[in-house]
Amino acid sequence: MTRGDFFKFAGAGAGVLLTSELGFDVAKATEIKKQLRIAGATEAHSVCPYCAVGCSMIAYTRQNADGTVNILQIEGDPDSPINEGRLCPKGATAMQLAVSSRRVESPLYRAPGATEWQKISWDDMLDKIARRVKDSRDRTFVQVDKKGNLVNRTDGISFAGGAAFSSEEGYFAAKVMRGLGLTHLEQQARV
Amino acid sequence: MVSLAATFGRGAMTNHWRDIKNADVIFIAGANPAEAHPVGFQWFMRAKLDPARGPGKGGGAKIIHVDPRFSRTSAVADQYVRIRTGTDVAMFGGLMNYVLQNNKFHDEYVRNYTNATFIVNEKYGFSDGLFNGYDPKKRSYEATAWNYDLGADGFAQRDISMQHPRCVFQLMKAHYARYTPAMVETITGIPQADFLKIAEVVGEMGRPDKVMTIVYAVGLTQHTTGVQLIRSGALLQLLLGNMGRPGGGMNAERGHANIQGNTDHAISWEILPGYLKVPLPGQKNIDDYLKASASKKLDPNSWNFFGTNYKKFLVSLLKAWYGDTATKDNDFAFSYLPKPDGNSSWITIWDQAIQGKMEGVFLSGMTATSIGPDTNQVLQGLSNLKWLVVMDPFPTTTSEFWHTAVDMDPAKIQTEVFMVPTTHWIEKSGSFTNSGRWSQWKDQVIPPEGEARHDHWITAEIFQRVKSLYQKEGGKFPDPVMHLTMDYKDPRKPDFDELAREINGKDLKTGKQMVTFAKLADDGSTSSGDWIYVGSYTPKGNMMKRRMGISDPAKNDPTGMGFYPQWSWSWPLNRRIIYNRASADTNGNPWDPKRPGIKWNGTKWVGDVPDYPPAMSPHDPKAWLPFIMNGEGTGRLFSNTCVDGPLPEHYEPMESPVQNALHPSVQNDPVVYLYDQKAGRPDRFGTSADFPIIATTYRLTEHEHYLTQQVPLLVALQPEPFVEMPPGLAQEKGIKNGDLVTVKSKRGQMVVRALVTNRVGQLTLGGTKAWQVGIPIHWGTVGIQADKNPDRAKYWLANALTPFVGDANSRTPEFKSFLVAIDKA
Ligand code: SF4
Repeated sequence: MTRGDFFKFAGAGAGVLLTSELGFDVAKATEIKKQLRIAGATEAHSVCPYCAVGCSMIAYTRQNADGTVNILQIEGDPDSPINEGRLCPKGATAMQLAVSSRRVESPLYRAPGATEWQKISWDDMLDKIARRVKDSRDRTFVQVDKKGNLVNRTDGISFAGGAAFSSEEGYFAAKVMRGLGLTHLEQQARV
Repeated sequence: MVSLAATFGRGAMTNHWRDIKNADVIFIAGANPAEAHPVGFQWFMRAKLDPARGPGKGGGAKIIHVDPRFSRTSAVADQYVRIRTGTDVAMFGGLMNYVLQNNKFHDEYVRNYTNATFIVNEKYGFSDGLFNGYDPKKRSYEATAWNYDLGADGFAQRDISMQHPRCVFQLMKAHYARYTPAMVETITGIPQADFLKIAEVVGEMGRPDKVMTIVYAVGLTQHTTGVQLIRSGALLQLLLGNMGRPGGGMNAERGHANIQGNTDHAISWEILPGYLKVPLPGQKNIDDYLKASASKKLDPNSWNFFGTNYKKFLVSLLKAWYGDTATKDNDFAFSYLPKPDGNSSWITIWDQAIQGKMEGVFLSGMTATSIGPDTNQVLQGLSNLKWLVVMDPFPTTTSEFWHTAVDMDPAKIQTEVFMVPTTHWIEKSGSFTNSGRWSQWKDQVIPPEGEARHDHWITAEIFQRVKSLYQKEGGKFPDPVMHLTMDYKDPRKPDFDELAREINGKDLKTGKQMVTFAKLADDGSTSSGDWIYVGSYTPKGNMMKRRMGISDPAKNDPTGMGFYPQWSWSWPLNRRIIYNRASADTNGNPWDPKRPGIKWNGTKWVGDVPDYPPAMSPHDPKAWLPFIMNGEGTGRLFSNTCVDGPLPEHYEPMESPVQNALHPSVQNDPVVYLYDQKAGRPDRFGTSADFPIIATTYRLTEHEHYLTQQVPLLVALQPEPFVEMPPGLAQEKGIKNGDLVTVKSKRGQMVVRALVTNRVGQLTLGGTKAWQVGIPIHWGTVGIQADKNPDRAKYWLANALTPFVGDANSRTPEFKSFLVAIDKA
C-alpha cells in the first residue's frame, strides 16, 4: 500500500466512523459500507492493540493485482462476548496505527557522541548488536558470586519490553534473554 | 500480582470483563474504567441497568467509586468519594473494621474458606507501626516471626470456633479496630458520613445471596504500599465471601493489550513462566529450589496443588528450554538458569545504570525516558550506557533521548543507540491475553511495512549471531547459549504457531501435544514452556482461535453466566473464574442459586471448568479445601509472604503533607527500598514546606502510553498536556483556566496548561487542609505535537516529577502520590 492509498482509506474510515457515531441507522450504514468498500474483501481476525479489555476486531483487506495488500477497514467484532462489536476511540482509529507515515523505515545507528542518526543495513546492525551483547556478557558475567554460589548470570545487560508483544514473542524473549544469562527482565506490568 | 499471590496463591484478574455484569455492587478504587477501558465498562453499565441486580439507585447494581479525581467513572457512579491518593489501606481497613465489628462478614465462608481459624505463633506482634521481627539496620523483617503454630503432624493448628486469641480472625479484629470511621476520615479525607454510607452497602455484600466485585488498576498498585493496598481489598472480599464467585473477585485492569500474557510468560525478573519463582543464589539444585519455592501443605485437607506439582512444572519448562541437554543426571540443566543478585526490576535497572554497572539495555515497545519514575535521573542512566537497542515501530522518547531531552548535549553522550524498526500487532499473528485471562489468537492482516521485522525474529537473529561468536571465540560459560532449544523450521524465524505449540508442550515419548498439566511429569518425559497454558494448543488444534460467540448464546453460553467457554481460551484449562470452588458452600451448592459458578450435581462439578478435582465429592471427609494454590487450602487473610507485614497497615507515601495519624514514629513503610540512599546519592524527596500540593498521575481515553502520540485522530482529540487543578487553588495562585503553569517537584518540572476543574479538590486531613491535583501522563518529546513544539515538549513529561522509589514488595514505582508546587509560568 502506498501512502496515497493510506490517506484515501483513512479518510473514508473516519467518515464512516463519524456517521455511525452520529446516530444513523447502523445496520443500514453497515450494509452500504459493505457494498461500497468491503464487498469481496478478505476478512481477518484481530484484537485491539491498546488496552487489555482485548476487544475483538475484524480487519478487511484486499489484494491488488500486483500482489500488494490494502487494508480497508478495522471494526469491532459483533460476535465477541468481550466487546459485542464496540470499540472506543483508540480501537476505532486503529487504522491510523496500522498504516502510518510516521514509522521508522529502516535501521538507524547513532554512534557515540554523534549528533545525527545514520542509516545502517540490517546485517551490519545485527552484527554490531551481537558483538556488544557478547562483549558485555563476557565482561559482566558472574559464574560464582562472592558467597561462592554458582549463579551463571549476566549482570550488565537488561531487557525490557513486551506489552505489545504477542504472547508467543514474549515467551521467546524470556527464553532467549534468560538463555543469555540476563536476570534484569522487565515489562510494562510494573511501569 | 504479588498481593494476590500472597493472598490466594497466584496473581491475575480472578474473573473477566463480561462477568462484571453479574455483580450487585461494583466497588472501584484506584481506577477509572469508563475512560481507561471504555468498552470493558459496558459490563459495569449493564449491571447498573439490570433490575435483577441491586441495590443501586435505578434498581440495578450499585457502583461505588473511590478515587482522588472525579472522572467519567464517578459521573455514573451511585456514590463517589474523594480519597487522598495512596491511603486506600485505611479505607479498606475501615471497611473491614465495620464488617468485623458489626458481624457483617460471611461467617460460613470465613470459617471454612479462609485462614481465619489458623493459629499464629506467639512471636507475632504489632505495636507502634511495626510488626515483630523488624531489624532497623537492615530495614527488613524476619518473616518467620509471622508463622503459624504447627502441630506434631506439621499442620497448622486451627480453632474452628475462631475464639482463640491468636487465631487469624481475632488478630485481624484487633488489628483493624484502630481503623475507626474517625481515623479513616483523618487519614483519607473521606468524611465519616460518606464513609459510613459506603460501609453499609458493602456490609450487605457479606450475605450469601449478594456479591460485590472490586475493580482496581494502577491507582492502587503504583505506591510504596501498593501490594498492601490491593491485599486489603482482597481481605475485604474474603471476609464478605466474594472470592471465586461470578460477580465477585479481585479484578485488576491491565493497562496494555498483552501485559497479562507477557506476565504469564515471565518477562519479569522474579518469576519463570507460569509463576514459578526464579531460582536464587544458594539453591544448588532442584531440591533446594523446591524447598524454598514450593508451598508446603499446612492442613490435612489442603491439596496444595501448586506446591505438590512444582517440580513437574519446572522440569517440563527446563525440557522446553534445554531439550536433550536437560537430563536427570545434570538435574535437568537447572544450573543454566541465571540466579539474580536480588531485585532486578525496572528501578533497579536504572539504578544500576546510574551507578555505571549496566552496559547495555534492550527496550522493546517501552520508552525508558517516559515510563519510569524520575525521568531526569533515568536520563543519567541512559547516558551512562555503552549501548542501547530500541526495538519499536516508531521513534520513541528513548531512541531520541540524546537530542530531544532536557539538558542533552549529544556530543557529550557516549551511548551507542540502535533504532530497530519492528512490526506491530496487525503485521503479525499470535495471541493476546486480556485482563480476564482470555487468550485470543489474531491473524497477520497485512505484510510488514518497509523493512520492519518481528521482534522475535530480531532477538532470534541476535541470539544466533552471539552463539556463532561463542563458537568461534569461546567466552564466559557458553553452555546455556549453545544448548538453548531452537527447534524451529527456521531457527532465525520461529513461527508463532511453533511457539504456541512449545508453550503448550508435549509428551516427549509420543510427540503428542499435552492436553492437561495434570499429565506433566518430573522425570523429563514431558515438556511445556508454560504449564498454565497447557490446553491452549492440544492435538485438536489451537484453542485460542475458537470463536463461538454471542450469535448463538443458547449453544455457546450454556450456563447463561457469560462464560462463553468456546470463545478463545482462558488459563488455566479454559476456566473463566479462578478459585470457583469457593462459589459453592461446603455441600457443593452455589451460595446464590441464581448465580452459580460451579455446583456439585451428585457425581461431578458442573458449570464453569472447576478449579478443583471434577469428581471430588464435597461430602468426602478428605475433600480438598477451595484455594488449591497455597499450602493452607484457604484464602490467606494473614500471610507471611509479603516483606512489609502479614496484615496490611497504613503508611504514608514518601512525600506527604501530614504525619502518620496511626503511629507518628513510623511514617513510611519501614522496609521500602531507598535506592538513592543505598547508592550514596543525594536524597530526592521533597517536603510539604517546599512542595505543598498532593499530586497524582493518570491516563486519558485517547492515550496508550506514548504510542498514541503518533496517531493523528487521537492527537487531535487531546492536543496538549495539562494539569488539572481545583478552582480554589487556581484562585490562590492567580491562575486562570488555560494559563501556562510550572509544576515542580524535588526532581523536575513540567510547563503545561492549567485546566481548572472541580474534578480535583481539597482534602481535610485531621487539622490539615491540602490541595490535590491530577496530571495526565503520555505527552513527551516525541510525537505529532512534540514535532511542532520541540522546545516546549521537553517539559511535557509527567514522570519528570515522580519519585525514584517503589513498592516495598514488588518495587512497582510510586507514580500516584507525590508532592509538587504550582505557579503561573
Ligand atoms: S477498543 Fe478501547 S476498550 Fe477495547 S481494547 Fe481497544 S482500547 Fe481497550
